[in-house]
Amino acid sequence: MSTGIEKEMWTTKLRKAWQKNLPVEKLLPDTQPAYVASWIYMFGVATLASLGVIIASGLWLSFEGASWYHYSSVGHFVNSIHFWAVQFFFIFMVVHLWGKFWMAAWRGKRMMTWVTGALAFVGSIATAFTGYLIQTNFDSQWISYEAKDGFNSVGIGSKFNVTNFGQMILLHVAFLPVIIGVITLIHVLLVRSKGVVPPIDAFNKELGERK
Amino acid sequence: MSDRRTELEAAPWGGRTRRYDLIKEGVVAVVIIAILAAVLSTLFGSPDDKQITFKDWAVSAPADFYATSVQELAGTSGTAGYGAPYNTASDGVNLGPLHLAKIMGVTHPVDTVNDFVITPLTTVSNAAPVADALKLWQASDAKQQSTWATNYDTALTKANQDASKVPTGDYGPVPELAAGLLTMAQAGSLDGALLSQGNYFQSDNTKQTLFLGDGSYFNDQSTASNLQGDTWGMMNETGRYPGQAWLWLYSFWYQIPPFNNEDNHPFGANADAWIMVIMGGLSLGLIIMPLIPGVRSLPYKIKIHRLIWKNYYQEENL
Repeated sequence: MSTGIEKEMWTTKLRKAWQKNLPVEKLLPDTQPAYVASWIYMFGVATLASLGVIIASGLWLSFEGASWYHYSSVGHFVNSIHFWAVQFFFIFMVVHLWGKFWMAAWRGKRMMTWVTGALAFVGSIATAFTGYLIQTNFDSQWISYEAKDGFNSVGIGSKFNVTNFGQMILLHVAFLPVIIGVITLIHVLLVRSKGVVPPIDAFNKELGERK
Repeated sequence: MSDRRTELEAAPWGGRTRRYDLIKEGVVAVVIIAILAAVLSTLFGSPDDKQITFKDWAVSAPADFYATSVQELAGTSGTAGYGAPYNTASDGVNLGPLHLAKIMGVTHPVDTVNDFVITPLTTVSNAAPVADALKLWQASDAKQQSTWATNYDTALTKANQDASKVPTGDYGPVPELAAGLLTMAQAGSLDGALLSQGNYFQSDNTKQTLFLGDGSYFNDQSTASNLQGDTWGMMNETGRYPGQAWLWLYSFWYQIPPFNNEDNHPFGANADAWIMVIMGGLSLGLIIMPLIPGVRSLPYKIKIHRLIWKNYYQEENL
């Protein structure tokens, strides 16, 4: 039984809002609407799975250091896993994005689900870019030299210096993954909370419409 | 879109359902992706073209390195004339009346004369001609230094970077300084000196990268690897590997008029800035796309969704 004081507590308000919008049955469902039965739905989870492999291989690389993969065969293998997982990640995410566009997946008050997904895509490009800058090889030398002109041209280079290896490695392994992680978490929670968007024509009968 | 339709689409699904094991799906997906990545890693590895050092440059293309060193002393290199955030030599590119880099100021100061040539030379023990040249340079005023360096840079350019064909002239200690830096680079001492600039801890490669880019050698290597911007280079990778293909749209603008012509004003000459603005706008457009009239209606007009939900539509006779 709650008292008036409890009702005003931030913790109480957060718990109640959480229970209302995302009960555990929604967070960990064992059923899905019957329309969630297309190959296109695989690409969302495939993107997340790729991100998991990227994070795991990235953590390993970060413990060993940026130059490890140049002289260690194990290092080269782990770096290769990281490299190919990034390629998978973007392929799956782009297909997922296109799929959601053609579903008009922002319908039914799901605008923020779309926004967080698009933010995750743009943020992932920035994160991957900083990864290419810290390869400590010829490619990263050239990319940093060329990219500086783009960032300098609009003044961003004054704070985001792509030729500063120290800044780029910190952004790649700390700041940007945290940002991407938080955005992705919000995106997934929104999907669970709002549910998978129904087919465009699902309610035509209820609305007496023919399309 | 009617409010009633929006409410129906937002409400918890009350129709038919099917079994769904979320955790199992996630675990299986991670395992499959990890296996696929491991297979590709075993078969193809990953790109890793060796980094270029100043020793590589000085040994492979000594004339280019020597001439670039002279340009750094004369203030005629790309970095010396760049402008913000490295120096105040120029206003940089613009977006109409806005020179954004200039507005942000010189946040990473680079003095090509001292940072690239004089300070590194002072960190090593030099042969007599170089040591004497260094003393003479440091004892002279800026105007004299500039006169010597400009005279020699001009003469060397006329001689097609062949120092042996430069006629005698008022060059002061410049030839000896450039020769000393070349010797230092060939010995492998310049990389560390450029990075450390007399300090112990250092993780900023800005000065190394700018100096390297001022010469032709670095550019030539990237051209050979198909990495130049005008050949979709920013989405390419060294070797036969996929690069940042997701940058295709960014790279695309550099391939078409007016952005692919540096002589075109105002867009080609300021392509970097305009393309950043275009891509910033397109990125914002992607994020808020559900609010953009016309674009948000495409899924209703081009009915790809009927393919996606083909089975459901058949089962429900929709």
